[in-house]
Amino acid sequence: MSQTTIPPNTAEEVIYLRPSHGWSALNLRDLWRYRELIYFLIWRDIKVRYKQTALGAAWAIIQPFFTMIVFTIFFGRLAGVPSEGVPYPIFSYTALLPWGLFTKALSDAGRAMISNRAMITKVYFPRLVIPIASVLSGLVDFSIAFIVLIGMIFYYNNVPGEYDPITVTPAILTLPLFILLALVTALGVGLWLSALNVKYRDINYIMPFLTQFWLFITPVAYPASMVPEEWRWLYALNPMTGVVEGFRWALLGTSSSPDPMLAISTAISILLLISGLFYFRRMERTFADMV
Amino acid sequence: MNDLAIRVENLGKQYTIGTSPERYQTLRDSVANTITAPVRGFRRRFIKKEALSSAGGRGKKDSIWALRHVSFDIHKGKVIGVIGRNGAGKSTLLKILSRVTEPTEGLAEIHGRVGSLLEVGTGFHPELTGRENIYLNGAILGMKRTEIEKKFDEIVAFSEVEKFIDTPVKRYSSGMYLRLAFAVAAHLEPEILVVDEVLAVGDAEFQRKCLGKMSNVAQEGRTVLFVSHNMSAILRLTEETMVLEKGEVVMRAPSRTAVEQYLSSGYAQIGERLWTRDEIPGTAFPFYPVAVRIRDPHGRVVDTVRSVDPFTIEIEYHLESPITGLRVGIYLMTTRGEFVFTSFDTDAPDQYDEYRIRAAGKYTSRCHIPVDYLNEGSYVVGINASTYQIKRYFQDEQVLNFTVDPSGAPGMQWAEPRLGPMRPRLDWQIENTKEGAKTEATPARIDFDQNK
Repeated sequence: MSQTTIPPNTAEEVIYLRPSHGWSALNLRDLWRYRELIYFLIWRDIKVRYKQTALGAAWAIIQPFFTMIVFTIFFGRLAGVPSEGVPYPIFSYTALLPWGLFTKALSDAGRAMISNRAMITKVYFPRLVIPIASVLSGLVDFSIAFIVLIGMIFYYNNVPGEYDPITVTPAILTLPLFILLALVTALGVGLWLSALNVKYRDINYIMPFLTQFWLFITPVAYPASMVPEEWRWLYALNPMTGVVEGFRWALLGTSSSPDPMLAISTAISILLLISGLFYFRRMERTFADMV
Repeated sequence: MNDLAIRVENLGKQYTIGTSPERYQTLRDSVANTITAPVRGFRRRFIKKEALSSAGGRGKKDSIWALRHVSFDIHKGKVIGVIGRNGAGKSTLLKILSRVTEPTEGLAEIHGRVGSLLEVGTGFHPELTGRENIYLNGAILGMKRTEIEKKFDEIVAFSEVEKFIDTPVKRYSSGMYLRLAFAVAAHLEPEILVVDEVLAVGDAEFQRKCLGKMSNVAQEGRTVLFVSHNMSAILRLTEETMVLEKGEVVMRAPSRTAVEQYLSSGYAQIGERLWTRDEIPGTAFPFYPVAVRIRDPHGRVVDTVRSVDPFTIEIEYHLESPITGLRVGIYLMTTRGEFVFTSFDTDAPDQYDEYRIRAAGKYTSRCHIPVDYLNEGSYVVGINASTYQIKRYFQDEQVLNFTVDPSGAPGMQWAEPRLGPMRPRLDWQIENTKEGAKTEATPARIDFDQNK
């Protein structure tokens, strides 16, 4: 054996393929080795997403923007939902940003294993790559929609009205943490859904219902302060509550600063992620046979 | 020092049947299934555990072993062929070795980086350009970005689609698409390469090019496991071949021996091969083969024909829906792996026009083999149902075997075997070129009849 062409045995990687039972390790090292594939899948998603659409990337703005208009008319004007001292459009749009990121990530991740079936049945790669890439690719739409928020804040700051102008506070530095919390939550739920969807296609039907239901228990159209004090702890079990309230606090200076509620949200979110990771890994071995 | 590349010990893979026919279920079934699915899921999980705990023992009623008790070693730098009929477990073996699926029992040990080519063009996206797909597909196959960049020009040159490299691949012809896909795959450089039937794509010239590339890979000292139905490719590329049958390795021998054994181990000694629906892969839809038969001039199904008699190879099949441009044909091969011919039922222009669209229904295509055509020996019939450059519905290169009996054939006065797969009765003229001694042209057979 020539040492020049083949690395010595000590460095040689040996893979053992045998039936596995029960829970398996996450094998994050393998995931790291395939990080470029995550990058390429995100890149593919973005390249392909708005191909052959007339409005292109404008869709990233249209969805939250029109939802905001509908919310403003029905909740802001007709129902008179309070908006914590900022214009209602800004109040709801600020929440719709992480909400859009979350629902898009959720539905993409839920469907990802099915839509990438051809890859799963023909090539090996850590399957975790797929839901991770689909969750992360939502960040692009999020960034585009975020620019609109900046425009809206400028607009409202310059129109004289009943509201105080919105100013940037040091709290904005915490924004990435709330984005991260939204992603972690989406990935956690997305992992559960995508693994379940391989076996039970019912998930396809559950997803729209789930996101709709989830919207009502998240303070997107209304402030969390409307929820009676004694029920707050229960309300905080929804990690998206922490995310949305955190966004408003970091960007608009409304809401109270993060409190124990956020700790509960974060804990639940991390729990979802870890359980999702292990469940996904457990189901992974049957994906190629069942998908 | 250990120079093993792959070590497989008692490997087995069990599939549960009943997951695949689900697409045929009715709405009522799906509703019932949806309601009971979680319950069944739990039950199945527990039952499976039980079955496994009893030493991987007794198979359940609704499961089959696609692979069982498979053990072998492959040393580094060896190129090994894997042959076997459809459903013999070849693809399952490759899927396990390339880590797409887990074995149900046993162990496989792999020393080094594995690259697998179970399909070309995995992950190609129709909306992306050729350039973009090279990067994407390369990444999916496990190549690093820098590696793809380094080989990019080489890949493009190999694929011969330079001009269209910035065009979305949905605008490519199927030939261009396959060439590009293979080009990426061919530039993968793992220590161990696992290849399924990927060479059976593209036109003949490109296939030759792919084979050339494959033999380069083999010469570079990499370990290759190569599955193919193409016996000449197996013979050309591999030194040693394993024959799989019903999920087990039945033979491992130098390729020439293995191929010969494999091809002559006829399944259908009665000159007939029948298919049941569950033997036919889902990709065949809407073409379903029913039977292939060899018939003698009296219409009897036989496994031995005489060289001096005509005979018929008939293919009975069922079309579930109309197919445009369908051609159903046969390959004829000797058991040494040489092709004799390929012929399709719409080769003749008028047939081609008449069956431009073949309606759904039952059909039999018959191929009449003329008298004095084949030499003595064993032959293999393969069938192919495809639409040119669009889709191959069904292909099986070893459907059945038959033997040709030479009695009465030309040249039988000499007992020696004759080279070549054909034994035509040709016209010979023997002319005595000596002045004035001109012989009339006489058919050779008259001389032989006199048996001088």
